[in-house]
Amino acid sequence: MKSLVILGAGTAGTMMASHLKKELNKSEWEITIVDQHKTHYYQPGFLFLPFDTYKPEDVKKTIDEFIPKGVKLIREKIDVIDKDSDTVVLEGGKKLKYDILIIATGTKTAPGEVKGILGDYWYKSIFDFYTYEGALALRDKLRVWKGGKLVIHITEMPIKCPVAPLEFAFLADSFFIKKGMRDKVEITYVTPLSAAFTKEKSAATLGYMLKEKGIKIVTDFAIEHADGKNGKIVEYGGEEVPFDLLVTIPTNMGDELMARSGFGDDMNYVPTDKNTLQTKVKENIFAIGDCTNVPASKAGSVAHFQAEILTENILLYIKGKALKPDFDGHANCFIETGHGKALLIDFNYEYEPVEGKFPFPVVGPLSLLRESRLNHWGKLAFRWIYWNMLLPARKLPFVTPKMSKAGKNFN
Amino acid sequence: MEKVYAGKTVSVDKDGYLTDLSQWNKDIAIEIGKEEGIDEVTDKHFEVLAYLQDQHKKEVALSIRSVGKSGVVDIKQLYELFPKGPLKISSRMAGIPRPKSCI
Repeated sequence: MKSLVILGAGTAGTMMASHLKKELNKSEWEITIVDQHKTHYYQPGFLFLPFDTYKPEDVKKTIDEFIPKGVKLIREKIDVIDKDSDTVVLEGGKKLKYDILIIATGTKTAPGEVKGILGDYWYKSIFDFYTYEGALALRDKLRVWKGGKLVIHITEMPIKCPVAPLEFAFLADSFFIKKGMRDKVEITYVTPLSAAFTKEKSAATLGYMLKEKGIKIVTDFAIEHADGKNGKIVEYGGEEVPFDLLVTIPTNMGDELMARSGFGDDMNYVPTDKNTLQTKVKENIFAIGDCTNVPASKAGSVAHFQAEILTENILLYIKGKALKPDFDGHANCFIETGHGKALLIDFNYEYEPVEGKFPFPVVGPLSLLRESRLNHWGKLAFRWIYWNMLLPARKLPFVTPKMSKAGKNFN
Repeated sequence: MEKVYAGKTVSVDKDGYLTDLSQWNKDIAIEIGKEEGIDEVTDKHFEVLAYLQDQHKKEVALSIRSVGKSGVVDIKQLYELFPKGPLKISSRMAGIPRPKSCI
């Protein structure tokens, strides 16, 4: 009996378990998945929790219910990967020998990386919404907040879901308008990048949005520390941005498991081939989702497209055949823009988001890089698709793992 | 678009960033440095530029904090070498694009 071990039962890990259970011969392969947690969160839902658009129950289910029958789930913390002996060591001391290892441990926020974020003002005037607890604490604050300077801030790239901070700014604008208090709130978006929209077509098409919504922007801001007492964030160059309520996206790092195991870059991401998803650590170790260092966005849709291609490559690897460098960095993401509308962007390593229709040319029905109500409904409907189609690895009709050029306006 | 730096014609984007790293050379870095107010480009400057180019080739996302942790230079030094917008300026001098997001 050969052994395939998956580390992490989040979006990517669960999808791989579902795919491989269908493809691998059960008399030849035992599939094991390891995750210390009990809860499977629908992370795109965290954006909606602070605004009371989703309830807590809407974004969580159990990890167990999505693990296919026949796949062994071990609920334990992973201590280290010993690549030389093809063994995963769990915290309790148990050892899992593997023939093939798939790392799917994701990325998480590290708020301690910036001085002044954690401490006396954390969850009082300084919040983040990238965790379930953080999003709910922010919800409680927004329910009673009387107004002032709201600063939405990104510490450094890469982050998972790179558009979420912008979405938060847009949703905050609508939220306060609806509450009849928008004039009491000053919203500022602070980014380490040089613009809110850094890609040419996006900047041209959407550049008006921030101005139209009265959202101020501060660019090239590299945060040095947060001063909760005096309500300001301070840049290495000395620039200061005052706040009454700070919503920060902390540094996103991969799991410390990588550091303990002796591989991983300085942010704990796994060095991985960007097209085959085989890691550069050892040929029988693969990686998928947010934990890799590939230059694709860290997003659920990316993990979904990667899963289809990685499954194929695992099967090729087992047969001793050459892997296909088929992953093209494809991402497909909805972006909430407020007032019941959203954008859809579809792009990959080579092509930036452009206007057009998706998935079918002309008829769409979804519009690329343009606001529409249908896109907003698409984003909300996506939650059902996530639980019922993506996680169980059911094929999504009309959406291909490689980005399609059909329907896109490239000129 | 095209621009001439140190007698060489290079392709640049609308913000003056080189679009083809293979066209870069040290003289171009010095001239861009002058445009950015850096009168003297030292070996230390070039060390940082080399690091940035290497990270770019490896497709690693750059940030002030990550450059500061690189071992090549710390953040204080980075601001001394490239005052006011160090990542913006050093990227342009290194002939690599500005850090971008997906959108």
